[in-house]
Amino acid sequence: MILASNSLTSVGIGTLFWSVLIFSLFFFLLAKFAWKPILAAIKQRDEMIKGSLASAEMAREEMLKLQSDNEAILRKAREEREVILKEGRNVRDKLIAEAKGKATEEAEKIVEKAKAGIEREKTKALSEIHEQVASLSVEIASMVLGEKLSKTEEQEKLIDKYLKDVNINKN
Amino acid sequence: MKKRILTGLFSILFLSAFNFPVMGQEEHGSQETATQGQSKEKFDANSFIIGHVSNSHEWHILTKKNGESVAIYLPVILYQKGTGLHFFFSGKLAHEHEYKGFRLEEEGEYAGKIVAVNAAGEVDTDNMPLDFSMTKMVIGMLGAVLIGLWLFISLSRSYKRSGISYPRGIQSFLEPVICFIRDEVVIPNIGYKHYERFMPYLLSVFFFILINNLMGLIPFPPPFGANVTGNLAVTMTLALFTFFIIQISGTKGYWRHIFATPGVPVWLLPIMIPVELIGMVSKPFALMIRLFANITAGHIIVMSLLALIFIFDSIWVSPVSIFFVIFMDCLELLVAFLQAYVFTLLSALFISLALVEEHH
Repeated sequence: MILASNSLTSVGIGTLFWSVLIFSLFFFLLAKFAWKPILAAIKQRDEMIKGSLASAEMAREEMLKLQSDNEAILRKAREEREVILKEGRNVRDKLIAEAKGKATEEAEKIVEKAKAGIEREKTKALSEIHEQVASLSVEIASMVLGEKLSKTEEQEKLIDKYLKDVNINKN
Repeated sequence: MKKRILTGLFSILFLSAFNFPVMGQEEHGSQETATQGQSKEKFDANSFIIGHVSNSHEWHILTKKNGESVAIYLPVILYQKGTGLHFFFSGKLAHEHEYKGFRLEEEGEYAGKIVAVNAAGEVDTDNMPLDFSMTKMVIGMLGAVLIGLWLFISLSRSYKRSGISYPRGIQSFLEPVICFIRDEVVIPNIGYKHYERFMPYLLSVFFFILINNLMGLIPFPPPFGANVTGNLAVTMTLALFTFFIIQISGTKGYWRHIFATPGVPVWLLPIMIPVELIGMVSKPFALMIRLFANITAGHIIVMSLLALIFIFDSIWVSPVSIFFVIFMDCLELLVAFLQAYVFTLLSALFISLALVEEHH
């Protein structure tokens, strides 16, 4: 039979022996000195890559969060500034308005006072003038009449009445 | 899987096809020598091809014009009952010389084998020696193993040196292959739970086959060019390793499946158990035949194409031969990777089948 007689298909016991020996040596030496450290290194690297990818993702998320936080804070600060500025403006306006009101009031008061003072002085001066005019007119009249009129109360009342009629305000 | 076995069958058919016409030619040739008196020896394609793809005790390099051959004579180690171990170089046995009562047969029933001869010069079948010689395949295999060991031990050194940095140098060349085996072959079949246990074996077997396949494609110098993975003893060794690893790592569920297949009535078990046992053996057997047949077939085709030059006895055939040989070599390069991959893949698959969890 072709299979049996062929040197290709016969299994040599010696070749089998050597190949078992050589392959087991190859296998054990590689397993011990090559595959173990190589696979460990590859695995370690894989895990490191996985870990660093995960932490990078985490860092990215953290950063995004921080960024949005920052933006929020910034927005808030801006709003607060607006509010503060607005308040300040209001206060200022109020203060100015108040001050203005007070000032006008005061001024008015002063003017009022001055007016009253003036009025008072005026009436005082007028009454003085009244008196002088009265005494002058009495003197003049006595001189004119040549008759010394006694300064009785009745006479003075009479003179006042005349003076009022004269109405000094007219001049 | 069927396709591979078919390829193997074809390669054997191919061999037998070569046997007959060449033998016919030989007869014709001998007639010619008789008529023409002196003529050069007729080219024997069969022994040319088979001689190159099969094992031998010497590493043939070239044959001079005068018929003398230049070869490396490899160590012969014999064990014979009674006389014990014998160690010498195969040069002592060249040209059917007798040495220490041994002879290397070139023809006949024991062609290519070392036999014991008795005083009359006949084959002594009672005292046949066990042949543990360092043959061509052994030397080729040793070369491949040394290259593999050097490659991977220096690789592991470079990992130790560079720590867990990015792969560089030899790492960037081999790491993708290792990762491919891990991620595409071992993990999908065996799963995360157990895969680490089998990585060393599967990686070793993959690279052992791959390096030997590739070295077999390089024709010169020794230890390149030996048809190691196309040797049945070598593929049997690998298949046996896979077989024993499967049996050793077999779970309870796996053994139960063989000896007490769940769901099968008891009266069927006497039939089922042998069937399962055949299945147990046929898996590694298929691995053995597939690798052997694929690699040998490739070598035979390449050698046949080269033999065409000598069959036609014309130098003008050589461009055609060389073109087809280059084409075949490219194909064989693919096959070298493919067969290493297939062997590893199927080993992983068979191992995973033995790791079945028990279902209650």
